Amino acid sequence: MEQLFDLALLNTTLRVLTPILLAALGGALCSRAGLFNVGLEGFMLLGAFSAIAGNYYFHNIFLAILFAILVVSVFSLIFAYLSINLRANVIVVGIAMNALAAGLTTFSLRTLFDVKGAFYDKEMVGLPKWNIPMVEDIPVLGPIISGHTPIVYLAFVIAGAMWYYFYRTKNGFRFLAAGENPLAASSIGIRVRRYQYGAVLANGVLCALAGAQLSLGQLTMFTEGMTAGRGFIALVATMLGQSGPLGVTASSLLFGFMEAVSIRFQGLALPTHFTQMLPYVVTIAAMFFFKDKSFVKDAQKQSSSSR
Amino acid sequence: MQLQMDNITKKYGEFSANRGISLSLKAGEVHAIVGENGAGKTTLMRILYGMEQPTSGAIRLNGREVSFTSPLDAIRHGIGMVHQHFMLFPSFTVAENIVIGNEPGKSGRFDRKHAIQIVEELCGQYGMKVDPRAVAGSSPPGVQQRVEILKVLYQGAEIIILDEPTGVLTPLEVQELLQAIKHLSKQGKSFILISHKLNEVLEVADRITVLRDGMVTGTVKKGETDARQLSLLMVGRDLEELKKKPSIPGEKVLEVSGVTLRGTKGKPILENIYLDVRAGEVVGIAGISGNGQSELLQVVSGLIRSDKGNIRISGTDVTGMSPKAIRERGLTHIPEDRYVWGANREATVLDTGIMAHHRRLQQGGLLKQKELKALVSQWVSKFSIKTGSLETRTQYLSGGNLQKLIVARELEQGAPFLIAAEPTRGVDIGAMETIHGELLKRRDGGTGILLVSSELTEILKLSDRILVMYEGQIAGELSAAEATEEQLGLLMAGGSIQ
Repeated sequence: MEQLFDLALLNTTLRVLTPILLAALGGALCSRAGLFNVGLEGFMLLGAFSAIAGNYYFHNIFLAILFAILVVSVFSLIFAYLSINLRANVIVVGIAMNALAAGLTTFSLRTLFDVKGAFYDKEMVGLPKWNIPMVEDIPVLGPIISGHTPIVYLAFVIAGAMWYYFYRTKNGFRFLAAGENPLAASSIGIRVRRYQYGAVLANGVLCALAGAQLSLGQLTMFTEGMTAGRGFIALVATMLGQSGPLGVTASSLLFGFMEAVSIRFQGLALPTHFTQMLPYVVTIAAMFFFKDKSFVKDAQKQSSSSR
Repeated sequence: MQLQMDNITKKYGEFSANRGISLSLKAGEVHAIVGENGAGKTTLMRILYGMEQPTSGAIRLNGREVSFTSPLDAIRHGIGMVHQHFMLFPSFTVAENIVIGNEPGKSGRFDRKHAIQIVEELCGQYGMKVDPRAVAGSSPPGVQQRVEILKVLYQGAEIIILDEPTGVLTPLEVQELLQAIKHLSKQGKSFILISHKLNEVLEVADRITVLRDGMVTGTVKKGETDARQLSLLMVGRDLEELKKKPSIPGEKVLEVSGVTLRGTKGKPILENIYLDVRAGEVVGIAGISGNGQSELLQVVSGLIRSDKGNIRISGTDVTGMSPKAIRERGLTHIPEDRYVWGANREATVLDTGIMAHHRRLQQGGLLKQKELKALVSQWVSKFSIKTGSLETRTQYLSGGNLQKLIVARELEQGAPFLIAAEPTRGVDIGAMETIHGELLKRRDGGTGILLVSSELTEILKLSDRILVMYEGQIAGELSAAEATEEQLGLLMAGGSIQ
């Protein structure tokens, strides 16, 4: 058991929590804008696939990520148009987006690359790993923090930026206002729809990055349904963190850590399927323990205001 | 004239909401607009505030013709509106709610300290006190209203429209509001006050314009009119004096003994309540809202369980029974909030009307559609409920009409005991007259009525006995014959009259 907890475990935590954190931040933006987005899973999956596709066609990691952002943004616009302009129920639209993304990626995998299940190509380049000079030499902290993909660092920067945006800027203040009471906001001339579109598009970008980290961050390959419920875990992180950037970061840390532990357990001759269960069990347990907290009420409020 | 509205007409298809209405406002004047529900007050104000465009007619501000296409236009021209349902952001602070839309701070940053300073200055300038750091949603309604008024003042309003401003306020808060209006009008701000509470209008307004069926039926000056003339102009006929026969109390229909209810932190919400209601009498419960009245009604009707105590209805112990079982033992309930407890906004008038009656008029689980329809349409004509059809969704009914529907539904249950909670909240004079008349008719027919109302006039008018609730306890009991508003007000504020 001395192999269970070490610095590498925390290093893994940072790597695996990134997709969850990015998607959860996107989910927080959406729910603050009054559109509770259950489609995170689908957005992320599409991001993962289009990052690989972009990578294969452009042979350029930067263009690959840009391509993923573009594709998921188009997908986000569909979500936004349906739920904002056509006033469809956001939960239903979100579920539809998940189903659409699952089907679309599987279908494209076969038609574009003529493979089933997974796609891998030697020519593809993965995300670079940054060994930060100075920092990597710090004992304890260095091995944990250094050696990650740029997206990992970016995720934390975005979380901080979002906090600043929400609680320090006028625009962020109006964003929160538009989500809290759209009627009152529009009565003083705040263009609520504009903020809602902004939230959904930003969520698209974040989910594209989350997907790119999944498919390009470690192995540089795409497998069908490779998000494996991370979008839903991100959704729980959004609710657990009460849609605040700091809370969301904290709850993502918890889920990321549990995922890292589950990966570690696999090396300990425990059945794989059992260990893979761990993050999800913790998710359910988290829901149970926090059931009386106000975020549940928020979630209920959100689902009742979801038209 | 600061503001002049000339010959405003607004048509929705064939229906005219406003027909040639003219209205003027001088600087520093308080101009009240009164009228029944559906008389066109709200439409007129929505036109002035840029939320609707008139079909014909003109608006002039200081002599210049203007046209507003959005509330933002109106705000820029110095017109502010305090809506009947507050337009606040409950989780934000008072200061944030006031400065929103024009926040202080440089290069996109929101300077919250400066915002607090601004609000403190505003409070001083206009003599209205609020705590800028308090959270708006947990402030009492009176404070929320002050926040709304300060918000429009901060936006630079010279003309302030107040739409039914006293509906949710306690008597004390109403007085504070009226004082604030007088104070601000002395500083040159003009007010348009929409209301149907004639005593408040008479106290504060310089001029009063009465609307009926979308037309002006009269504009009168303060001091040259009285409540009777105004209601004549509003309703188009003299109101009948409510005649109350002495009550003949019979058997006890409700006995509440020793009911105690504790809140989440063990704080008592109801403490050792004893009361009973006899057949053929109206027992009124007065009190500032939030002193346990709502909870008492919920305990009696079985919606929540008390920690201690017993409830008997018509002699049967119903403690701990389900609401359905309790209703079957002889209770009907006109609920306090018609949207939360009384109706389903999405349902049709018919569906809302047949609630509870559906248990009676059915056979093997199938509703007797014909009879139910006949029943509801009978109420519609009897209570003159204005609705497009029985298939209209309840949310499109005006508050007063929905209330009449709910009252009709509950009265028709014909149970020996009736809870009437705020039976005329937000209802116009004509409808109020109908509802009060019906309640007394039921009393004379032998129904026991427990009336809860925050309107003292209503309590005094209908009750035979009056109980005052204060902080979860019965603070005193008075017989209706000897009770005065002063005594009740004192008990409601926690004082004693011995």
